Amino acid sequence: MSYFRAENLSLHFGGLKAVDSVNFALEKGEILSIIGPNGAGKSSIFNLISRLYNPTSGRLFFEDQEITQEPPYSIAKLGIARTFQNIELFENASVLNNLLVGRHRHCTSSLWQEILYMPSVRRDEKIHRHKVEQVIEFLDLEPYRDRVISGLPYGVRKVVELARALCTEPKLILLDEPSSGLNVEETTDMSFWIRDMQSELGITVLMVEHDMSLVSRVSDRVIALNYGKVLAMGQPAEVQSHPDVVAAYLGA
Amino acid sequence: MKFLFKTDYEDDIRLFPHSGYLWTYGTLLILIAAAPHFLSSYLVSQLVFVSIYAIVGVALLILTGFTGQASLGHAAFLAIGAYTTAYLQQFGVPFPVYFLTAGLLTGIIGAIVGFPALRLHGIYLVIATISFALIVEEILARWESVTHGNEGLRVKTIQMLGTTVPRDSPGFYYLCMGVLIFVILGAINLLRSPTGRAFVAIRDSETAAKSMGINVSLYKVKSFAISAAITGLAGCLFAHKLSFISPEMFTLQLSIEFIMVILIGGAFSLHGAVLGAIFIVMVDPFLTFLKDDIPGAIANLSLLLGAGAERAAAIEKSSAAFASANGLKGAIYGFLIMAFILFEPLGLYGRWLKIKLFFQLFPLYKRATFKRQKIYVKSERNR
Repeated sequence: MSYFRAENLSLHFGGLKAVDSVNFALEKGEILSIIGPNGAGKSSIFNLISRLYNPTSGRLFFEDQEITQEPPYSIAKLGIARTFQNIELFENASVLNNLLVGRHRHCTSSLWQEILYMPSVRRDEKIHRHKVEQVIEFLDLEPYRDRVISGLPYGVRKVVELARALCTEPKLILLDEPSSGLNVEETTDMSFWIRDMQSELGITVLMVEHDMSLVSRVSDRVIALNYGKVLAMGQPAEVQSHPDVVAAYLGA
Repeated sequence: MKFLFKTDYEDDIRLFPHSGYLWTYGTLLILIAAAPHFLSSYLVSQLVFVSIYAIVGVALLILTGFTGQASLGHAAFLAIGAYTTAYLQQFGVPFPVYFLTAGLLTGIIGAIVGFPALRLHGIYLVIATISFALIVEEILARWESVTHGNEGLRVKTIQMLGTTVPRDSPGFYYLCMGVLIFVILGAINLLRSPTGRAFVAIRDSETAAKSMGINVSLYKVKSFAISAAITGLAGCLFAHKLSFISPEMFTLQLSIEFIMVILIGGAFSLHGAVLGAIFIVMVDPFLTFLKDDIPGAIANLSLLLGAGAERAAAIEKSSAAFASANGLKGAIYGFLIMAFILFEPLGLYGRWLKIKLFFQLFPLYKRATFKRQKIYVKSERNR
């Protein structure tokens, strides 16, 4: 049994088949990249997994449990975190508060305990802050800890979003174009972090990416999509030289 | 300028980040405690209204300022609290019981209102809450067996611990201020804990909030319930202060005044609720001043400038007519809203922060510090 599995996953918007009977599986601890031209259905697959969209048909399994019917908020509780292609941060909050929201799935205090700020809330709060601090250190976000998001440059926001996803302590992380809008140096940093996430934190990574150099540097396997269908699957080099993939990118 | 070196997570959590806060709020507390001894009874009475408006302001801040759900229905929540008070009093229920019941019942109704509001955003939510307020107003007028319709209900003075607390007594003033302080402390605690952060997350991006494991529907309903419950408590105090309640006291205009409290005060800080409440409550004395003193002053001025006695009398008459014209209050409110949105979107508290920063940085203050700039605009695609 594989760690994460999509069976015959389909998403149709009227006549448009954004995702068309896609099958793939992830092994624990692997880095899998999804590539494909614009509109191939990559982000739709992510939105299906994080349950923002309902699949037209097909089923999703995570750790041998079906998650196709779970509400969006319990996906995070199961241990699947994600980032967004068009950064979705909490604009008017500080970096620290953004990351603390990522700890939400570990918060257990009740409303009354919080209103009275009981010692248990205070104790939990310190644990959360400690965990957040570890993520801040992992991603070198120290200079931005108390800055408000609306004043941060794009590259930093991208890292903050990754940090927020890591704060949930995920087992599986979905990265939607982690390097888009980043310069060469930031992209290199990103590739190291993705590798470290896998090796040090033991997180399984599913990522959508356009930057082929990043894809071939970090991924164990690659899936190529076009028009919602899987074109090829396998080692990065294999997929890149696959005739259908070349045709999809260059037009043949 | 003061720099805080943080060495412990406690530094980010504690109520007073440094000793300066203790001094400021300690002084404020002493002033509040001493106020009935050196202020006229009229001003103390105004302060009671300030505290009631500030309680509602805090409630509205939690819902609108922090959760991002606009509401023009808070007059209705206030009415439910007030009518619960007046109704339960008839059966000899003691004050602490009906005070808490008013909050609880209003909170439950708030949660019920929250459910249909789950699918509504922005202006549509405002329309839904206005209709809720109108429905409540109509029910209060028609359900005569409980509310006595448009005749209204009398509210008896508070009986507590064997003593009475008349609505003009310092005791009632202390009661209102005490409730305000407790509500503010509760709100601060809520906002520095996971629930408060979840509220802010929902305000800024529902999609991201969902994918971080926040049950958006549950937290929206929670926010409505908390906000309504606090307003219900204020309703109980409001009923006692007025000693008589009838449906026409809880109109749309009152809801608009509450929105103005947080708009003028500054919608992103609890300080704003208090500052806004002071401002809004002081509009009435200002209007009285306008009616009583200004026409005479204008007439005297025109006499000085060489107008004849007859002309001056005519000027006095027309300016008095203007000052007591119907709808002048509404016009002033409209003007104030426009002025604040255009010139000070951060409200009075935002202005105070700017003044404070100016003195902290003294010769180095840059005028562009608070200039709003969009470095990167996020898309609304996933909304």
